[in-house]
Amino acid sequence: MTKRVASEMVNPSRRVLLRGFAGGTGLLAAQGLLPAWAQSGSAGLRSDLPTLEGPNVRLSVGHSPFTVGGRTGHAITVNGTLPAPLIRLREGQTARLSVTNTLDEDTSIHWHGVLLPFHMDGVPGVSFPGIRPGETFDYEFPVIQSGTFWYHSHSNLQEAMGHYGPLIIDPAGADPMAYDREHVIVLSDWSFLHPHEILDRLKKSPGYFNQSRTTLSGLMSGEDGMSLADRQMWGQMRMDPRDIADVNGTTYNYLVNGHGPAENWTGLFRPGERVRLRVINASAMSIFNVRIPGLPMTVVNADGENVRPVETDEFQISVAETYDVVVRPTEDRAYTLVAESVDRSGMARATLAPRLGMTAEVPPLREVPTLTMRDMGMGGMGMGGMAGMDHSAMGHGMDHSAMGHGAPAAAPMDHAAMGHGSMDHDMRNPDNAPAGMAVGVGVDMISSDPANRLGERPMGLEDVPHRVLVYTDLVSLAPNKDQRPPSRALEIHLTGNMERFMWGFDGRKFSEIVEPIRFERDERVRVTLVNDTMMAHPIHLHGHFFELVTGGPAGHQPLKHTVNVAPGSKVTFDLTADAPGDWAFHCHMLMHMHAGMFNVVTVRPLDGAAA
Amino acid sequence: MIRVITALATLLLVASAATAQDHSQHATPVSPPAQSPAADPHAGHVILAAPQAADPHAGHTMGPPSQAPDLHAGHAMPAQSDRHAVYDMGGQFVGGPPDVPASADDEGQPRQPPLPPAALSGPAHAADAIWGADRMTGARDILRRENGDVRATAVIVDRLEVGFGDGEEGWTWDVAGWTGGDINRFWWRSEGEGDFDGEAEGEVQALYSRAISPFWDVQVGVRQDFRDDGEDPTHLVLGLQGLAPYWWEVDTAAFVSTEGDLTARVEAEYDQRITQKLILQPRVEVEASAADIPELGLGSGLTHVEAGLRLRYEIVKEFAPYVGVEWSRELGGTADFTRAAGNEPEHTRFVIGLKAWF
Repeated sequence: MTKRVASEMVNPSRRVLLRGFAGGTGLLAAQGLLPAWAQSGSAGLRSDLPTLEGPNVRLSVGHSPFTVGGRTGHAITVNGTLPAPLIRLREGQTARLSVTNTLDEDTSIHWHGVLLPFHMDGVPGVSFPGIRPGETFDYEFPVIQSGTFWYHSHSNLQEAMGHYGPLIIDPAGADPMAYDREHVIVLSDWSFLHPHEILDRLKKSPGYFNQSRTTLSGLMSGEDGMSLADRQMWGQMRMDPRDIADVNGTTYNYLVNGHGPAENWTGLFRPGERVRLRVINASAMSIFNVRIPGLPMTVVNADGENVRPVETDEFQISVAETYDVVVRPTEDRAYTLVAESVDRSGMARATLAPRLGMTAEVPPLREVPTLTMRDMGMGGMGMGGMAGMDHSAMGHGMDHSAMGHGAPAAAPMDHAAMGHGSMDHDMRNPDNAPAGMAVGVGVDMISSDPANRLGERPMGLEDVPHRVLVYTDLVSLAPNKDQRPPSRALEIHLTGNMERFMWGFDGRKFSEIVEPIRFERDERVRVTLVNDTMMAHPIHLHGHFFELVTGGPAGHQPLKHTVNVAPGSKVTFDLTADAPGDWAFHCHMLMHMHAGMFNVVTVRPLDGAAA
Repeated sequence: MIRVITALATLLLVASAATAQDHSQHATPVSPPAQSPAADPHAGHVILAAPQAADPHAGHTMGPPSQAPDLHAGHAMPAQSDRHAVYDMGGQFVGGPPDVPASADDEGQPRQPPLPPAALSGPAHAADAIWGADRMTGARDILRRENGDVRATAVIVDRLEVGFGDGEEGWTWDVAGWTGGDINRFWWRSEGEGDFDGEAEGEVQALYSRAISPFWDVQVGVRQDFRDDGEDPTHLVLGLQGLAPYWWEVDTAAFVSTEGDLTARVEAEYDQRITQKLILQPRVEVEASAADIPELGLGSGLTHVEAGLRLRYEIVKEFAPYVGVEWSRELGGTADFTRAAGNEPEHTRFVIGLKAWF
C-alpha cells in the first residue's frame, strides 16, 4: 500500500493566499504557534513527514500565550505550541527524549499508554522526582509497541493549561490497517480560567458551571423532560440529574488541534482515499461524542491497540482514550467532524475537505441528557418513572438486576415496588461495598445494584437514530498474550461526594495516605471497578494494558489503558501485572484526580530481586 | 399582604413536608435479593477461567456461548444467550458482558481475597533505589498534596440589603466565610442590622467546623454580640450546618451565654430556580430561648420568627442582586418586652439587596 505524498494536495499559492487572509484576522499569529500537522489546513501526515522524530527528540516546557476565539490567555506549552509537537517513533527503536523545564515550577512528561520501565513513566512522586526548574531530564526507553498515544504533564494541573501532545509509534512491520492518508485529531478543552480557579469554584459551588439545571420554567413547559415526582426524588437525594459534566462549555472552548470551532481546523483528503483519523481526547475534563455526519467510521484501533474493524456512525471518547477510525469519503465535498461535549454545552468542530476553505453544515447541539436511576447505581430500578430512559438499556437492566438476583423478571419494572422512602438506606449501604472501604464524609452514595454497562450506548446516545460504538463492539485483533484464568479477584470502588467535590478510591482521597494497590509480578487479576458516583470516571492505569471483560470472543478481549466507568456502573477487566515497579492509577478527569481520585499500584518483586 | 406572604412561605414548607410524607407512603421495602448462598460465600470471587463467548460480530449470529465453569454458583446466572441476543434500534449488538458479581451482590461485606505474599515483597517505593530516597520523599509529599489535599477560602455575602416598610428603614447584613480543607474548616460569620443614622447592632461568630457526614458539618466556637443598649453578651456556640433533603440549606445553632442563658436559632433556605439565572429563595428563621432574659428583651419559648421571599438574578453565579419581602415577628414574652419598649413586635419589609460570594 502506498501512502501519497501529502503536500501535492495543497496548491502552495492558494495556501499563501489563505494565510494572507488569516493574517488579517489575527490567525497568522496563531499559526506560528502551531506545529505543521496542527495548522489550520493540514494535508495530513505520512510516517516520514518531518515531525519530531528520533533518535533524539528535544522538548522544552515553557509559558506561551494562546489565542482562541479572538481572545488570548496564558498557556503552558511544549516547544511553544498547543497542542505540543507530534512525536513520531518507530517500534523497535530506542526513544531518547530530552525535556528541559523553563518554568518556575516542577514539570514532567508522562507518555500516556506507552509501555516502558516504571522510572521513565514520568509521574513525579511515583516514577521519578520530577523535572525541576532549569533542569533537563532525559527519558530513554525501548519502544516495544505501536499505535496512537499521547503525552502530557503529570505535575500540578499543567495538563489543563496546554501541556499535552500526540505521540504516534509506527509499527516495525506493515500496519494491518490499510490507509492512504492520516490526520491526527487532538481533542481538548481550553478555559481562560486558571485550572486552580476552576477547582476553587467547584469546591465552593459544585454546580458552578452547570447552566442546564432543572428549573421551574422547564417543568412548566415540559422542556426539562422530567416529572415532578422524579424531581422530588432527585431533590430528596440531594443529587442533580443534570450534573453531567463538572466543567463544561460555559467556560471551555473545545479544540481540535488547538483550533476553536470558528477557526475550523481542516484536514484534506482526495475523494476515494482511505483516511485514518487518529483521535486523541487530551481534555482535562471533557468527554466527547464524535461523529462525521454523512460518513461512516470504521474503528480500527482503541488506546493504541488494534481492534477488529467495526463500522459505526458515532462514538464516545472519554478523557485520555484514543480511537483510530478510517473513513473513506468518495464525494468531492466537505464533511464536518463534530465532537460534542457529553453535556451538550459545546462542541469541537473540524472539517474534512478536498480543498481548503470548504465547509459543511455544522449540526446544532443536541438535547441535554438527564441522569436516570441507573446512573445512581440502581441498575434495574425505577426505569419506569425516569425521563431520559432508553429501552435498550432498560431491557438490559432487567437482565442484570432481576436475573442476577434470581428475582422475578418483572420485579424491577414494578414501579410501586421501588420505595422512595427506602432510598436513603439503599443509597449508601456499606454492605454494598468491600469491608475495607471507608464510608465517611467522602462517600455520598454506594451503588446498590451497579449494572455492567459495557454493552450499553454511552450517555446521551441511547436514542440517536444511527449506530453508536459500545465497548462490547471492541475485539482485540491480536490474540491476548496471556490467556491464563485470573487467580485473584479485586474490587475497587470509585467514590465521591458531589456536594463537597471530594473524590477517591474506596472512600479515601490519596492525600489521606492510603495503602497502595498491590499486585504480584505476572499475577493475573480480575479487577472490578464499581462506580459509586453519578459521574463518569475515565480510569487510567499506567504501565499496563488491561483487557476489558466484554464477553466477546475468547482470547480477544480488547486492550485498554483507560476505561470510562459509566455513572453507577461496574466495569471488569483482567490484568496481567507484568510491569514491575510503581505505577499511577487514577481518574483522568483532572479535577477528580486533583481532588483525590488517585492511587499507586505496586508490582513486586522488582527486577533483580529474588522472587 | 402579610397573610399572603406568610401563607406563601408556609405553603412552601408544607409542600416539602408533604412531599416527604408522600414518599414515605410509597416506602414498600425492596425485597432482598433472593439468592441461595453458595457453599463457599466467596466462590464468586475466585475466578476459575476466563469467560468464553462467541464472536459478537460474526454476522451478528450468536452461538450459545460457553460460560466459564461454575463462575458464580450462588448467583443464579441466566443463560448467556438470553442476554446476548439483544440488538438496539440501530441493529447494533447491545448484549451485556458477563455479570461479574461485586459486593452489592453479596449479603454482608465479603472480604477481598488475600494478597499473594510476593506482592508485599521488595521495597516500599520502587523509585527510591533509582533516584534516591531524599528526592523521592519530597516528590511524594507534593504528590500527596496535589491529589486530594485541596484547600480553599470563601467569602459569602448571603444577604446585604436595605429594607423599608412600616415606617422603618434600615439595612441588614448576613455574611460568612471559611477557609480550610474538606473536613476541617475555620468559619466566621456575622449578621446584624443598622439604621441610616449610623446605629447598628449585630454579632460575630468564630467557629471550628468539622464535616461529620456527607452533607453535615458540626461547628463549635464563640459568638460576640454588639448591642445598642450596651449589653454585649458572649456565647459559646454549638451548631449543625448542612444540606437537608430537597436541597434545603439548614443552619442550626445553640448558644450558651457567659451569663448561662441558653438560646437557639434555626435558619433554612431553598433555591427555587425559575430559570437558570432567576431564582426564588424562600427563607425562614426561628429563634428560641430557654428562659426569660429581661436584659436582652427575650421571653422563654419561641422568641422570634422571620419568613422571607427573595427573587434574585444571577448576573454571574457569584453576583446576584435581589428584591424581596420579609415578614418578622417577636413572639410570646419577647413580644411583650418589645411592646413595653415602645416598639412593634411585627414588621413587614420590602428588601433590595445583593447576594455574592468569592
